[in-house]
Amino acid sequence: MEKFTQLTGVAAPLPMINVDTDKIYPAVYLKTIKRTGLAQWLFQEIRFKPDGSENPDFVLNQGPYRQAKIIVAGDNFGCGSSREHAPWALIDFGIRCVIAPSFADIFYNNCFKNGLLPIALPKEIIDELMEDAKKGANAVMTIDLESQTISRPDGEKVQFDIDPFRKHCLLNGLDDIGLTEQKGADIAAYESRARGSKPWLFGMTQADG
Amino acid sequence: MAEPRTLFDKVWQSHVIAPQGEGTYLIYIDLHLIHEVTTPQAFEGLKLAGRKVHRPDATIAVADHNIPTSNRKAGIDDPESKLQVDTLERNVEEFGVPYFPVDSINQGIVHIIGPEQGLSQPGMTIVCGDSHTATHGALGALAFGIGTSEVEHVLATQTLIQAPAKNMLVEVNGTLAAGVSAKDVILAIIGKIGTAGGTGHVIEYAGSTFRAMSMEGRMTVCNMTIEAGARAGLVAPDETTFAYVKGRPYAPKGAAWEQALAYWRTLPSDPGAHYDKKAALDASDIAPHVSWGTNPEMVAPITGRVPDPAEIDDPLKRAAVERALQYMQLAPKTPLVEIPVERVFIGSCTNSRIEDLRAAAAIAKGRRVADGVRALVVPGSGLVKRQAEEEGLDRIFRAAGFEWREPGCSNCMSMNNDRAEHGERIASTSNRNFEGRQGPGAKTHLMGPAMAAAAAVTGRLADVRQLG
Ligand code: SF4
Repeated sequence: MEKFTQLTGVAAPLPMINVDTDKIYPAVYLKTIKRTGLAQWLFQEIRFKPDGSENPDFVLNQGPYRQAKIIVAGDNFGCGSSREHAPWALIDFGIRCVIAPSFADIFYNNCFKNGLLPIALPKEIIDELMEDAKKGANAVMTIDLESQTISRPDGEKVQFDIDPFRKHCLLNGLDDIGLTEQKGADIAAYESRARGSKPWLFGMTQADG
Repeated sequence: MAEPRTLFDKVWQSHVIAPQGEGTYLIYIDLHLIHEVTTPQAFEGLKLAGRKVHRPDATIAVADHNIPTSNRKAGIDDPESKLQVDTLERNVEEFGVPYFPVDSINQGIVHIIGPEQGLSQPGMTIVCGDSHTATHGALGALAFGIGTSEVEHVLATQTLIQAPAKNMLVEVNGTLAAGVSAKDVILAIIGKIGTAGGTGHVIEYAGSTFRAMSMEGRMTVCNMTIEAGARAGLVAPDETTFAYVKGRPYAPKGAAWEQALAYWRTLPSDPGAHYDKKAALDASDIAPHVSWGTNPEMVAPITGRVPDPAEIDDPLKRAAVERALQYMQLAPKTPLVEIPVERVFIGSCTNSRIEDLRAAAAIAKGRRVADGVRALVVPGSGLVKRQAEEEGLDRIFRAAGFEWREPGCSNCMSMNNDRAEHGERIASTSNRNFEGRQGPGAKTHLMGPAMAAAAAVTGRLADVRQLG
């Protein structure tokens, strides 16, 4: 996984609540067996008109926001389907950070597995950041993960919270599976206990009949 | 005395392997269900790293999303759908994962077949790369959806890194009136607590209404728990649960059954256990519900009207309702029963079990699908389909002008050919009414199976209680 240490870029305002993962990445494009090249379908229904041309009203089609690296959005971002295609498409477009008052759980988890940083902040602060994000080419923010700060366009710093383990993994670009494999002995010990106490759970999917 | 614990606490604690950093734990997964849409990239990751599937005997695969529901012998004509299913078949072969082939009677929607085969059992941890994994919580299992990276993690290690959820109690007491189904209960709950009402929590459904509910009904409720933002839904296992699991193909048998049963009886929440959040509804207040907007909290009793955005103060909420009404092409204050439909879909992991088909057939019987309406009935699995045919339900549907199909996800998410036409308005028993969910521009109204059948025969959203 790519490391996340510091990010400086334009923040795009998306003042919508309940942005679901079908909206971020429509179901019809879930047929891909790849995880790259998905930006072309990002926000398809609102980013493009039915004839395939760009919708000029959509923020990511406007001037400096075409290069946005950050999105500032409303409550409950990423609700709905578990599709990891949503963070994959955001990253493929160049978005590495989403800031919102709240996130849906599965989307939130999926972000961390892909080096995308979701930042949850109280609504009053989001309202201010949303105003910042409306400044077009001047909507530049810097996210510093080590110090857990967002530097607003005027230089003021906003502090954010993040789970220490997730922060550690992002900063170092650590692969979860590799980390878990280091706990192999613990897993084996758990399995041997479970084999004793819940034997019916072993061999299960092969034991029809 | 030990601290009283919830059902969730018990299942969670018995699956913790070790702490993994601050506030996160490595937990063990008992059953991993996989399907073709969210696994190709996970298997690719395993291959690149030279890893194996840690426990094929705790993993089972099925293809459901891309599968045609008619003329299956002809195979899958869409090359991308075919590639996804072929990829799954290659992967399960290469990694030795048990698989229900497309032509098997056991094939069906992943969340239908888990309980139906006796694979999903009380007290288990169950995951799938699919948010509606919450369905299996109806059996008292901790079941939740995960992303593809997590699918790869479970395949490789049979574990997940997770932070514990908080406990939320949703209590519904009383008897449901005639014509009110489990779907109406969950739509009413989501309408009340909102699509983010359960975020960060696991919801336990308790109260006499759920005690009296069949397993099918409990599955419908737990299925849509994710639509309330919660990670999982749970119903404490009871005699209804045990009777349902007993004798199913993969359920424990003989001495193992007795041992499992003794364990399952210890699972229900202790009296006095702590919940971080609570909500309650009275069953007698719940009417048949339909959705009018573009997320599952935008619902109302069928006797109601489309809301008026002008009456909403919060600007973001008002904007969301305005956008929803524009997309749905509905005028404020339109009575719901005046909304015409062009398509009806009875199916999906929410409502395609035998009981759902019986409820829809009871309305379809002796009636005709209205002119200009196309109505599909898609059973959840081969076994559901066979049972429905044994009961003659297929004949009732066909005689009424419904199309009787092969099992799969079908029009719920429209990855196969059962896509709505652009802009079509659908009465649907599925779980999501997001923009474009059932096809580009498609306008979804969510409801229960009898309500969907009522919409089919009247050609508009209708109150099933008036059809008798
Ligand atoms: S029926 Fe619909 S919600 Fe259920 S698994 Fe299939 S696509 Fe997902």
